[in-house]
Amino acid sequence: MAIEQQVAEIEADAGKAIASASDEAALEAIRVAELGKKGRVSLLMRELGGMSPEQRQVAGPALNGLKDRLTATLNARKADLEMAALNARLEAEREDLTLPPRFEPVGALHPVMQVFEELAAIFADMGFAVAEGPDIEDDFHNFTALNFPLGHPAREMHDTFFMKPAADGSRKLLRTHTSPIQVRAMLNSKPPIRVIAPGRVYRKDWDATHTPMFHQIEGLVVDETVHMGHLKACLTEAFSRFFEVPTTQSRFRPHFFPFTEPSAEMDIRCDRSGGEIKIGQGDDWLEILGCGMVHPNVLRSCNIDPERYQGFAFGLGVDRLAMLKYGMPDLRPYFEADVEWIKHYGFKPWLLPTVTGGLS
Amino acid sequence: MKFTLPWLQDYLDTSADLPAILDAMTMAGLEVEEAHDPREALKQFTVCRIVSAAQHPNADRLQVCQVETIDGRREIVCGGLNARPGLVTAYAPIGAFIPGSGITLVPKPVRGVVSNGMLCSGGEMQTDEDPFRLRIARFEDWQPRAQALGLSDEQAIADGGILELPDTLEVGSPVADALALDTVIDFEVTPNRPDWLGVVGIARDLSAKGLGPFKLRHVEPVPGKFPSPVKVRIEAPEACPVFAGRLIRGVKNKPSPDWLSSRLKAIGINPKNMLVDVTNYISIDRCRPLHVYDAARLKGDIRARLGTADDSFVALDGKTYASLADMCVIADDSGAIGLGGVMGGESTGCSIDTVDVFIESAYFDANRTARTGRATGIISEARFRNERGIDPHSCVEGIELATRLILEICGGEASDVIVAGKVPEGPAPVAFRVSDMKRLTGLDMPAKRMEQILRSLGFEPVVPPKAQHDSDTVWTTRVPSWRPDVEGSADIVEELIRIEGYDKLPDEKLPAPATLGVVVTPLQNRVRTARRVLAARGFLETVTWSFMHHETAALMIGGANNLQGALTIDNPIASDLDYMRPSMLANLAQGAQRNADHGADDVRLFEAGPVYPGDKPTDQRMHVAAVVKAARARDWQGQPAPYNAFSAKGDLLALLHALDQSPDKFQIGPVDSAYWHPGRAGTLRLGPKQVIATFGELHPGFLKQLRVDGPVVAIELALDALPAAKARPTKTRPVLDKADQTPVRRDFAFVVEEKVAAADITRAASKADPKLITAARIFDVYRGAGIGAGRKSVAIEVTLQPRGSAMKDEEIEAISQSIVKAVTKATGASLRG
Repeated sequence: MAIEQQVAEIEADAGKAIASASDEAALEAIRVAELGKKGRVSLLMRELGGMSPEQRQVAGPALNGLKDRLTATLNARKADLEMAALNARLEAEREDLTLPPRFEPVGALHPVMQVFEELAAIFADMGFAVAEGPDIEDDFHNFTALNFPLGHPAREMHDTFFMKPAADGSRKLLRTHTSPIQVRAMLNSKPPIRVIAPGRVYRKDWDATHTPMFHQIEGLVVDETVHMGHLKACLTEAFSRFFEVPTTQSRFRPHFFPFTEPSAEMDIRCDRSGGEIKIGQGDDWLEILGCGMVHPNVLRSCNIDPERYQGFAFGLGVDRLAMLKYGMPDLRPYFEADVEWIKHYGFKPWLLPTVTGGLS
Repeated sequence: MKFTLPWLQDYLDTSADLPAILDAMTMAGLEVEEAHDPREALKQFTVCRIVSAAQHPNADRLQVCQVETIDGRREIVCGGLNARPGLVTAYAPIGAFIPGSGITLVPKPVRGVVSNGMLCSGGEMQTDEDPFRLRIARFEDWQPRAQALGLSDEQAIADGGILELPDTLEVGSPVADALALDTVIDFEVTPNRPDWLGVVGIARDLSAKGLGPFKLRHVEPVPGKFPSPVKVRIEAPEACPVFAGRLIRGVKNKPSPDWLSSRLKAIGINPKNMLVDVTNYISIDRCRPLHVYDAARLKGDIRARLGTADDSFVALDGKTYASLADMCVIADDSGAIGLGGVMGGESTGCSIDTVDVFIESAYFDANRTARTGRATGIISEARFRNERGIDPHSCVEGIELATRLILEICGGEASDVIVAGKVPEGPAPVAFRVSDMKRLTGLDMPAKRMEQILRSLGFEPVVPPKAQHDSDTVWTTRVPSWRPDVEGSADIVEELIRIEGYDKLPDEKLPAPATLGVVVTPLQNRVRTARRVLAARGFLETVTWSFMHHETAALMIGGANNLQGALTIDNPIASDLDYMRPSMLANLAQGAQRNADHGADDVRLFEAGPVYPGDKPTDQRMHVAAVVKAARARDWQGQPAPYNAFSAKGDLLALLHALDQSPDKFQIGPVDSAYWHPGRAGTLRLGPKQVIATFGELHPGFLKQLRVDGPVVAIELALDALPAAKARPTKTRPVLDKADQTPVRRDFAFVVEEKVAAADITRAASKADPKLITAARIFDVYRGAGIGAGRKSVAIEVTLQPRGSAMKDEEIEAISQSIVKAVTKATGASLRG
């Protein structure tokens, strides 16, 4: 039989067998039967040595071609079988992906703490550092240094919590405002001073709009030139940024505080017509903070020469500010650790207020 | 402070409308709380005339009236006893809101007859019941109806009826016009401005603000006809420096004239009789409190002295006040008869029968008045003014004004005015440095304008000739006696800018500070980080009270013996909030329980805030604490491990990692407070003593005391006790030293006594070759068969990190041997066979 015929026969034979092979073992058996040491192709190739050069010239390429083609066909079939097996396995691995993942609790940050950080971001951008001080204060830092004379009716404005008196009759108190932090800042550093002072404050009052503990933030600037025009521009800018509404309008009007002279309150324009307060629109005004030029007596109490230095200060209730910005209707749940309330009004942990990324 | 518009217009010649007046007040610092225009509230009520009144077919008490109204002839059902033909009264149409009863009128049948509106009583309109005294004066006209219904005269008069208006009024005109009700303005008086407690003071400021000329007539003194038979002695000039008095004899006390009583009524003061009303009127008008004594009831001379513990008297409010030490007592021979500047006594008070009246117009020390007011709890118009510091120069003027009013209405004859003591010096003159205006406000105000404002407020500046106006110019400025608040140059600046308007302040951007850097302290940054780590790990942030019940605090500090008075609130808002918290864990645990009570099944709370081991400024600590009170979670993939002490440890270590604290710095030790589970809680310590953090289960006994159902797992970390990060000159980080060989991992199982701490095994293993061993991790703990009682098998995986060349088998074997040796030596372990 001519070599060409043999090649054709083997090729047809093996091709059929490969096509019908159902697994890798069958394919391997075919490979051994055809291309293995004693396989049909290998045996034929062994005969090449005994052929004449002319015969070899024909038979060699024919056999090599056959070997290459069979190998390719085997590989292709092997790949097909592997694919089919994989598909079958994956089909068996089908999951009901409507099933839930494992429970993971979702945390949140308290709105008051978030608003503290919002304010810190704004004032940091204006060069204010953050100062702190103790909650348990003495009379000097909370009142006397702030120009509250003994027995003055202004002291009655603060319903102060007092600690039990010490053996020597002196007694401490819970700070009624964050102003003692300013006193400490002035006593402990030299002008220029530019700080904000956030913290817990305490007043003996508990009803729908008051809690015995709440939060304030105060600001203080002391240098040789700062005046009420700076105060006005600084606070106007700060709170127009804070409320994050397209426009805000503010006004300043006279008020009285023992620790500032002149003193002012700042109002922002709002609309109360719909039962809720909308900032930046409407015909009404809403008081948001008290401020003024630091009283010369306060500077003197803090060892700062009022002839040389001057400054402004402001202070506000943070809880109420948070209520205004985020439309929280009631102050009392702030301190009740209610999970529903915190989840509803709280903030996501990765929401870090920045001047670049926005406050909220 | 309340006043009416016409009252203000006595002293302010203004054409400004109400909004302009309110705005001027607000911008001058008089913070308006409310402007009540009764015309607005009564605008639906108009005058009507009853044409006829017929008995209601189905109700004895009712009549069916034909009424001439603004809406034409109407049939209206009325129950007023005095409803009768010809009566001019008040009509409310269908749709009107009746403030007194809170209803809106609808055309509804009244016992079968439809009423097309309502005839109103004073009460229904919330005004005077009988403003013209016509109902009572014409009682005979409606008495027959009362009698027909079987009512006595007393019952009928008490029952009253509908409003009776003068016959001359035109049908359809507003009832409010007929009642001449005035707009009442209420505003907040800041404590520095006693003069705003008088209408005159308000007018003066509004005039300065530009609303119109201020007009205050000089009070002509009434010459005395005889020396005052009542004498006054001041025995405590520190409490009562000056006391002016005058007797008026032969008065006929009576109700005040309408103009006076209606002014008092409008601002909420009930008129009593002329003598008493005059004192109230002048108090409101001039901020000049007065007191009137019935001279017939005085015994001997009047003394102003300091009270004693034995003093007591019955005040005009009918209450007895005793133990009056340190208060300013007004006394006569009978003893205390009043508290100076606060309230007079009942025994010497004026009545409608008073014939000889003695008027007191004194000045009392403001602080003492305030103390007396607080100690006695008396709230009076007099106290309100005297404790703020009234004008000490107004004593005699107040007496003269009162004399004129009393003589005019009640007749009588006035004595000489006697003045005991000495009028105190008013506020000292202020050296106003003119340049302070620009320095403090940024506003350039011409000297002329400054002078004008100051004079309009009653200040008297000495203004030097123009040439001397430079930055050192000082105007010595006399302060009016009614302005005790003004004591320095800055106060003058406030007056100037207050009147000029804060809207005139320049807008000037705060200059950039010399350095812009990190503005929060490292501790503040720790707080931020800790809060965000815990929130990201599923905890909800809370803010809880800084105070708690002292018994709860005692549980956390080792017993009631350790409670400190300095941390106890003397006047707590509630008895269970009386001690500064030593830890917030009790608050958090109780908060978790409240949520569980409301059905929450996985409560994870935390708080970052202060705790108070002592009362010194440096004692306060900054902690972060968290609790988990979770029902056992169920999961279709198999029961997950509950949140336990190890979960808490995981959260704690995550916190420390985020705070740049390597856990290797800390040792795990036993708890040192009784509120933790002794076995399932541990501490992280820096050295043997300093506890940085505690984690694990809270003690079941502690939870029971708090009425919290356990288990509750908690974390407490002292943020301010963590070591500070090393200061580095630059932010450059060391170069990454990445190993060039793959790591080799080998497992070992050691059998140890139960008491051996697992961490000792890994620590010993790591120390076998600290350079080569990069990790030693426990992956299994086994107790039971094959190990023996009281023993456990701890399996660890050790990671070796070769460098330069791969490890040969002999090298691995050698290091394995030394690991086994090290662990055996440290813990008595044997390799598990």
